[in-house]
Amino acid sequence: MKDRFNLYRFASPATFYPLAGAMIPYFVAVSVVFGLAGLWLGMLVAPTDFQQGEGYRIIFIHVPASWMSMFIYLVMAFWAAIGLAFNTRLSGMMAQALAPTGALMAFLSLLTGALWGKPMWGAWWVWDARLTSELILLFLYIGYMALTAAIDDNRRSDKAGALLLLVGVVNIPIIYFSVKWWNTLHQGSSVNLAKSSMATTMLWGMLLMAMCFWMYSIAIAFMRVRTIMLERERNTEWVKAVLTGGEK
Amino acid sequence: MFKIITAVIGRDLKLAMRRQADIVSALFFFIIVVSLFPLGIGPEPDLLRKLAPGVLWVAALLATMLSLPRLFADDHRDGTLEQLALAPHPLGLVVTGKVIAHWLVSGLPLALVAPVLGIQFDLSADALIVLTFAILIGTPALSGIGAIGAALTLGLRGGGVLVSLLVLPLYIPVLIFGAGAVDATVTGLGGEGHLSLLAALTFASLGFAPWATAAALKIALE
Amino acid sequence: MIHWASFSDFIAMGGYGFYVWSSFGATALIMAIEPIIASRNHKTTIARLKRQIRAENRNTTE
Repeated sequence: MKDRFNLYRFASPATFYPLAGAMIPYFVAVSVVFGLAGLWLGMLVAPTDFQQGEGYRIIFIHVPASWMSMFIYLVMAFWAAIGLAFNTRLSGMMAQALAPTGALMAFLSLLTGALWGKPMWGAWWVWDARLTSELILLFLYIGYMALTAAIDDNRRSDKAGALLLLVGVVNIPIIYFSVKWWNTLHQGSSVNLAKSSMATTMLWGMLLMAMCFWMYSIAIAFMRVRTIMLERERNTEWVKAVLTGGEK
Repeated sequence: MFKIITAVIGRDLKLAMRRQADIVSALFFFIIVVSLFPLGIGPEPDLLRKLAPGVLWVAALLATMLSLPRLFADDHRDGTLEQLALAPHPLGLVVTGKVIAHWLVSGLPLALVAPVLGIQFDLSADALIVLTFAILIGTPALSGIGAIGAALTLGLRGGGVLVSLLVLPLYIPVLIFGAGAVDATVTGLGGEGHLSLLAALTFASLGFAPWATAAALKIALE
Repeated sequence: MIHWASFSDFIAMGGYGFYVWSSFGATALIMAIEPIIASRNHKTTIARLKRQIRAENRNTTE
């Protein structure tokens, strides 16, 4: 009984709102530190790739952005499952706060993929299995955001969104497999990139940049979830206390 | 269990027969969209033969989606859906019946006219048989996945466009294997592998989608 | 330790300068604009809710 009470308290917006607000600056700071270290390693120290010259340096944002776009979808699906199973208010808000950032990461991954593909493949867009799957992931994000935006009732919007996320997460492996199958059959111009043995500095640069993107995503999701909390709970005492207390 | 499913199928078919215009419209939508492509691309038989599987399948996806917003909307409006949700038998079985009925009035007719349209694209007899067969076994998956989208958007403004945003990305595997089967037959590789994967998709979605749809309906009805 | 011989080498990126710098530029732009929009939304929401509370208080006291 006691555990349940604690869980409920942590998941309640009244406690989470100030907690998230206090944590945002730390996540921003950590993100900046990781970002600077990653850029220093990736842009200044890492050697030239013997196959792709200096153009490979796009990897330091392309790969982290792709990872984050997939990871954020999984995190949203995790919150969706929690929300449907335990009926917590916070989980739906978290999923909705994460969605725009996930979509932006997918967009960045596609954009940097195009900017990488032009000098390497000679074309802005190639129907490569990974790029195509990333595009479909962007579509899934857009579908989720369109659905939750179209439903006025918060409870229904959270739950319908959560169900769509779970359906999406079940389908992603099937979609990825079918796209890969399609790609190998049609034998498009898919060039295997990033298969050349990576120097350890390159790997470290990439990991540091991924940490930077991760921390950034958490910070921005917290910013957005705080707005969503105020909006949804505007008639509760704690929101009135926050607003009249002059806290930002 | 089968009694519930067959009862729902019978009821939905009877209702659909009263609105035959809807079925015919979706069918003609399919025919017209497919016929537009040669006009846009040009009449070279080689090119058309290459494009046929993709064109026919994309048109089939769009045609089955046309009737999705109606799948639950009428039952929702007159309160039948709430009765069904409160009834003792599982809602998933009711949805299974509705999905099968939807396929009978939207997927099956497409499979019947597809070979005629395939002739327009100069497909060989083998390819026509595989095309018909692929549409026959692939469209139930479309009805199943589409039902989830229809249930999620039940009663929302702009539901029709929204359904397509939600459902079309999930249709991609069906499109790939469906068009791939025909394509493989045209190029002489044989479409059996594609067809069996297509059948697997259909079985998986018919087993899984009705329950997800039932959950979505309960969310919408709360 | 530093891989580049000169600053102009660094900018040129071995001929890939345009692609590399537009990738990094677009990412930096998005990561700068997204927080600005989010915090502006937060502030306008707070301002709007405060106005609503004040309006309610006026109605109840009068």
